[in-house]
Amino acid sequence: MEASTAVAAGKHSLSVRRAADTDIPHVVALDERVTGLAKSAYWHDVFERFGQSRLERFFLVAEAAQAESGLAILGFIVGEVRAWEFGSAPCGWVLALSVEPRARLHGIGQALFEAISIEFKRAGVGKMRTMVARDNRLHLLFFRSEGMMAGPYIQLEKELD
Amino acid sequence: MKLQISSRLAIFALLELAAESDRQLSVAGIGEEYGVSNHHLAKVMNVLVRAGLVRSVRGARGGYQFNGNIRRTTLLDVIELFENIGADVSAAVGDRTSQGRALREVLGEIDDIARATLGSITIATMLKLVERRRNSGRRPRT
Repeated sequence: MEASTAVAAGKHSLSVRRAADTDIPHVVALDERVTGLAKSAYWHDVFERFGQSRLERFFLVAEAAQAESGLAILGFIVGEVRAWEFGSAPCGWVLALSVEPRARLHGIGQALFEAISIEFKRAGVGKMRTMVARDNRLHLLFFRSEGMMAGPYIQLEKELD
Repeated sequence: MKLQISSRLAIFALLELAAESDRQLSVAGIGEEYGVSNHHLAKVMNVLVRAGLVRSVRGARGGYQFNGNIRRTTLLDVIELFENIGADVSAAVGDRTSQGRALREVLGEIDDIARATLGSITIATMLKLVERRRNSGRRPRT
């Protein structure tokens, strides 16, 4: 993607760009505010694997075009193109999406979603996918509102004795 | 899964009214579109009024107007005004057996998915889906 894409989202003027290593402490802090868990090692590892302009792997962050919000990062999205896992043709996967709680309902999630959609299309795939916990109403409502429907796969699991 | 006719009518009526925020429609107008009796539809509209999702407008050109929040009201919110989706706790034949408990577990899985699906689709999302279906219907065949 270009170094930065300006997006008008609600009352905020946003910039969506690839994550830099200096963003990761802010990503860790945002994720901790949202989930209540600090996962510093995890997010640094994600950045190693998905950041730094890797082909078909995307770690994008949204920030206010002007430093009006006082927040370094307003949200982030992580995804990649995967091929032939579970027998699936190449497809874009959204692996993580988070928006600053104080900045929600201003189109930030939508801007991130659209930005990664563009990246997936540029990478040559025509479908994108994600997985959401059934009781995560907020994420389900968001992804549905972006036009996502149930796909042809069913996630299965079992307790290991 | 199959919805009761009242749930279906309520969803259709809300979609018609929410498509344009200042739109007013009469029971006869909606009934004609979906081929249902005014009597049945009037009962459905009364339930929607009591739930605060529509309001009744009096006068010569009166009718009903959408009164909810299209980004907050889900299909589950509407359906549950008329019927229960899943979570059937009433006793059923064989419930006390291990077979019965296993069957209840499987059926519960289906109910959970149905509730999660219906609870994640708002009126706004449905309006987008309707628009998409309308556009795909117009697409010329190649």
